[in-house]
Amino acid sequence: MALNVGAVAAPGHARNNKTGSWRVFCPTLDTAKCNKCGTCALICPEVCITLSGEFYSVDYDFCKGCGLCAEECPKDAITMKKEEK
Amino acid sequence: MLQITEGSHAVAEAVKLCRPQVVSAYPITPQTHIVERLAEMVADGDLNGEYICVESEFSALSSCVGASAAGSRVYSATTSQGLAFMAEVVFNAAGMRLPIVMTIANRALGAPLNIWNDQQDSIFLRDSGWMQIYGEDAQEAMDLHFIAYKLAERHDVLLPCFVCLDGFIVSHTFEPVDIPSQKEIDEFLPAFNPLHRLDAKNPMSFGMYATPDCYQEFRYEINAAMIRAKAAYREIAAEFKAKFGRDYTGLVEGYRLEDAETAIVAMGSICGTAKDAIDEMRDAGEKVGLLKIRSFRPFPSEEVRTALKGVKNIAVIEKNISIGSRMLGAVGLEVKDAVYKDSPNIFSYVGGLGGRDIRKRDIKQIVQWAKEGRNDCFFGLREELLK
Amino acid sequence: MTGNTEKENVSVDYFESGHRACGGCGPALAGKLIARAAGPNTIIVASTGCMEVFSTPYPETAWKTPWIHSLFQNAAAVASGVEASLKRQGRDEKVIVIAGDGATFDIGMLCISGMFERGHDVTYICYDNEAYMNTGIQRSGATPFDASTTTSPAGKLSNGNSRPKKDIPAILAAHGSPYVATTSIATPKDLMDKVKRALSIKGPCYIQVHAPCCTGWGFDGCKTMELGRLALNSGLWVNYEMVNGVVEKVKKVKRIPVDDYLKAQKRFRHLYRPQENKDEIAKIQAIADSNAQKYGIDIPVKK
Repeated sequence: MALNVGAVAAPGHARNNKTGSWRVFCPTLDTAKCNKCGTCALICPEVCITLSGEFYSVDYDFCKGCGLCAEECPKDAITMKKEEK
Repeated sequence: MLQITEGSHAVAEAVKLCRPQVVSAYPITPQTHIVERLAEMVADGDLNGEYICVESEFSALSSCVGASAAGSRVYSATTSQGLAFMAEVVFNAAGMRLPIVMTIANRALGAPLNIWNDQQDSIFLRDSGWMQIYGEDAQEAMDLHFIAYKLAERHDVLLPCFVCLDGFIVSHTFEPVDIPSQKEIDEFLPAFNPLHRLDAKNPMSFGMYATPDCYQEFRYEINAAMIRAKAAYREIAAEFKAKFGRDYTGLVEGYRLEDAETAIVAMGSICGTAKDAIDEMRDAGEKVGLLKIRSFRPFPSEEVRTALKGVKNIAVIEKNISIGSRMLGAVGLEVKDAVYKDSPNIFSYVGGLGGRDIRKRDIKQIVQWAKEGRNDCFFGLREELLK
Repeated sequence: MTGNTEKENVSVDYFESGHRACGGCGPALAGKLIARAAGPNTIIVASTGCMEVFSTPYPETAWKTPWIHSLFQNAAAVASGVEASLKRQGRDEKVIVIAGDGATFDIGMLCISGMFERGHDVTYICYDNEAYMNTGIQRSGATPFDASTTTSPAGKLSNGNSRPKKDIPAILAAHGSPYVATTSIATPKDLMDKVKRALSIKGPCYIQVHAPCCTGWGFDGCKTMELGRLALNSGLWVNYEMVNGVVEKVKKVKRIPVDDYLKAQKRFRHLYRPQENKDEIAKIQAIADSNAQKYGIDIPVKK
């Protein structure tokens, strides 16, 4: 860690903190049910759901498993499954 | 060319010549004449900057933090209760390494409420990470502002700076002052070149918090910068002397210290009175001199020790009191630390609090006390009130 | 959920993964949406608080726009200085404050009043999670009536917080603010629209975002949006816009009893256990009824 004068830092460093290790339940998308409305990505507080290719995908490095996406999905396309460790 | 100018107006002229982009201040006696004059300058277009008419000293320095971080040279001024009110921001601005320059028109702190001069206000913030330099008269108070900006903004320093002058005694007195031209100051003081600034083109986060993993190292760094400021100050003051002829190159300055057996140590305007008293004592055959402390932070311990080498008795005039400390005064503690290996007698004499006049005869008495070995104590007390 | 179908593939975020907020954090969602709506040409000034702490332990900043934090209570004054500096330098970045309810309703009032009175071109956004969450759920001036917090605990002689929520939007409208709005993380598109609108209006604007806190209020992190909706639908939170002091737009709802909102949170549990405290619940219902009347939120029901 470099000490910048006055504790100033450039963007990008938060991503060194892999909050995915906090996760107990893991969101899984059923693409057959998904209508690609984007609600999950809009409301994810971890900023870790993005459109990749045809469907939305979760960056498991950062997903804390809060379940908000599953709760809010209007098509019930996301289920929370116990994390396998 | 010398002009007869009030001390506060000399300071305002100096600030204008430094071209701050943002001035933010809240009025408080005896700082008011400085900020009123700056507001006039902005209103007349003589100072090309924003004057933020804040609702408190707390916001005055807080807005300076924002403006400085955004890349502007900034200025504020305050004193006493106002400085105490902004104390949290004082520490914060230093920790964020923002080169803010702020004038302190030194005044006592209440209670009891008192608007007159002593130096308790700036001294109570000695551990904040701000540099503190003290001007003896209007000319020096003015000139120290030019030096302060250049010093604070140096990338190997990046610390904010108080320029202190005694309230009323310097701020409200008319003196002949040599005011430099804008061209001269522009040549001496280049535009502010921030190391980092808030900028959408190069986004950075400022004022992050530090865990135990790195907090201590940030505090180490700020202290290291304060130590570097000593040499930086000398360089800049030497440059100032070469350009303007006025010599502030010492972080301390001796007066008739050669062969002195007893030395007065003092800061600010009382040095003028002390010099007169010393001249009279010298005429009467007493071996006495003065050491003026120009920079209280960083404290120039080596220079103090060198300047006081061979002196037997040291009397420190304290316009402050560190309540509960055996030695009474904050300056004396520093001086004692600097010279203890040479084992002189050294005493703190507290006086001039809340505007009590210090006269030549008080100074002669202090010299006598130091020679007699009288312990740290108040001087100029009205004993009849203490019965 | 209505009105939330913004196409994600065109959104760019300036708030990053890796921050340390609790899972399902309302304020984290607010921060993300605010930064997304404001865009890259924005300088964010933060107060001390949950969001500051979970997003910026040195050097792990989660912010991709310029961001500054100084103290708890001075964000409005710091923003005033940033704005003055930008103006003097001829720069065009927008200035936003993001501060919690403690920093806004309580300790920062002096600086906020000064900033609004002086008319700085700053959008001040309060993420309101209704208590001091960063220090462990202590009562603030934004804590609702009867909520149990660690400094307004329910007990034998106490029903929780004894005072109603302070009306900061009205106070700032009275300062002459051209735009004052309330919104919620439960209405993300509304939140982003209001941020964009405030940024398009010159002068000091204020937005208060209802940001449910799963840890402080006592509910599961997956219910954060649901809690926001229940607050809106009960009338205990109202989304509205005030332009030059006049309420222009209000989100109308088919109201539900406050019970549905209160029962979902541990901070109101004392109103239902060991037995239902009908008197106190009636007082809270009266607050919702008064809001409904004041802002006209009820959708008329055909009989």
